[in-house]
Amino acid sequence: MSVRHALLALLSEGPKYGLQLRQEFEERTGEVWPLNVGQVYTTLQRLERDGLVESDDDAAEGPQKGFRITANGEDELAAWLRTPPDLSMPPRDELVIKVLVAWRVPGVDVHEVIQVHRRYLVELMQQWTRLKEDEAQFDLGFALAVDAELFRLDSVVRWLDTADGRMKRAAGESPGPAQPGMPRLRRRVGVRR
Amino acid sequence: MSFLELRHVSKIYGEGPTEVQALQDIHLSVEAGELVAVMGPSGSGKSTLLTIAGSLEDPSSGQVLIGEAALSKMSRAGKARLRRQSIGYVFQDFNLLAGLTAAENVSLPLELDGISARKARSVALKALDDLDLHEEASRFPDELSGGERQRVAIARAVVGNRKLLLADEPSGALDSANGEAVMRLLLAVCRRGVATMVVTHDAQLASWADRVVFIRDGRIVDQTLPPPGPESLLRSGHPQPGPGQ
Repeated sequence: MSVRHALLALLSEGPKYGLQLRQEFEERTGEVWPLNVGQVYTTLQRLERDGLVESDDDAAEGPQKGFRITANGEDELAAWLRTPPDLSMPPRDELVIKVLVAWRVPGVDVHEVIQVHRRYLVELMQQWTRLKEDEAQFDLGFALAVDAELFRLDSVVRWLDTADGRMKRAAGESPGPAQPGMPRLRRRVGVRR
Repeated sequence: MSFLELRHVSKIYGEGPTEVQALQDIHLSVEAGELVAVMGPSGSGKSTLLTIAGSLEDPSSGQVLIGEAALSKMSRAGKARLRRQSIGYVFQDFNLLAGLTAAENVSLPLELDGISARKARSVALKALDDLDLHEEASRFPDELSGGERQRVAIARAVVGNRKLLLADEPSGALDSANGEAVMRLLLAVCRRGVATMVVTHDAQLASWADRVVFIRDGRIVDQTLPPPGPESLLRSGHPQPGPGQ
């Protein structure tokens, strides 16, 4: 997630102080991603260096120094909002690699490995869902952030379930895990490092 | 104390070469006020487990106790009475009767149990009211959205102080917002002291439960541990946002 663009978004509403930006950032993201004040000021300095924000010239460095977005900053923000992040390459995912490796390690029950991870993920999801239980206690930003985390974890559980079933069927159909289609698949699909 | 208890429950369908072991040596209990999710893929035995827990089917071996009463020692009529008075069922496809209004659907199990139509209607309206469904009372199922139908089905399942609620993929036919509303409702009902068991393949639905039990090939293979408080997610150990570029 880009703190840089999140700060530009907050400044697009009007001039703000550094501490105020930190507080509003945390509020908007449901306090799911805490941000330290040093990170806010470092990012603001870079934004100013790049001509995307301006600060009060006469104010001393510190909590009372105000910042405002420039025209270039507004253009940068508009472009960022409309540009999808690059998701074209699969990430190098430790869990995916672990399951693929476990499938071939002698003496390891891959279904047991999958279950250990499935349980861990569901336990995490239970904790996130508990946060949602009392609707009166959370605002829209928090609800959106919690939903995002639940959908992300859910997608991993679904992949584990699918992998579990696929490997079970494969074990029933062929003597070993090596599948003739794999080399072709490897050539077609790259992996983000 | 457990309201529902399954001890060494097994279920076998067919015999000889066509024999299928649907459940094997299941131990499971659900306390009053506890929400337990049984999570597993299609064909894992979770729906069989639910029908046996709800006395709709007998196990091949083992015991089912509901409110400390062993189902194996009950007559058919006794089990039917138990189902009418103490157990509520919620299914994926709602199972509402199309020719009856929401209130009539909810009052039907009470009338079948010998309660007068007037009294049953009054209790049904209160059950609908408690679940914020007052507006839907006089509408027919085909005048309700999927989410509303399922909420009416939950009202029907809990009307008349039922103590055990059994749900089979209750949000399976709904979008995620309505699915969440249904789970909130099940949890609210459960917190009134109703022992609740939900079977599902869906992790998001299961994550509403106090305890998730994993079933594979008719066996319980694992269950979640009591989670630490959710505040642990918001401590400093949680992933921090990336630096600005």
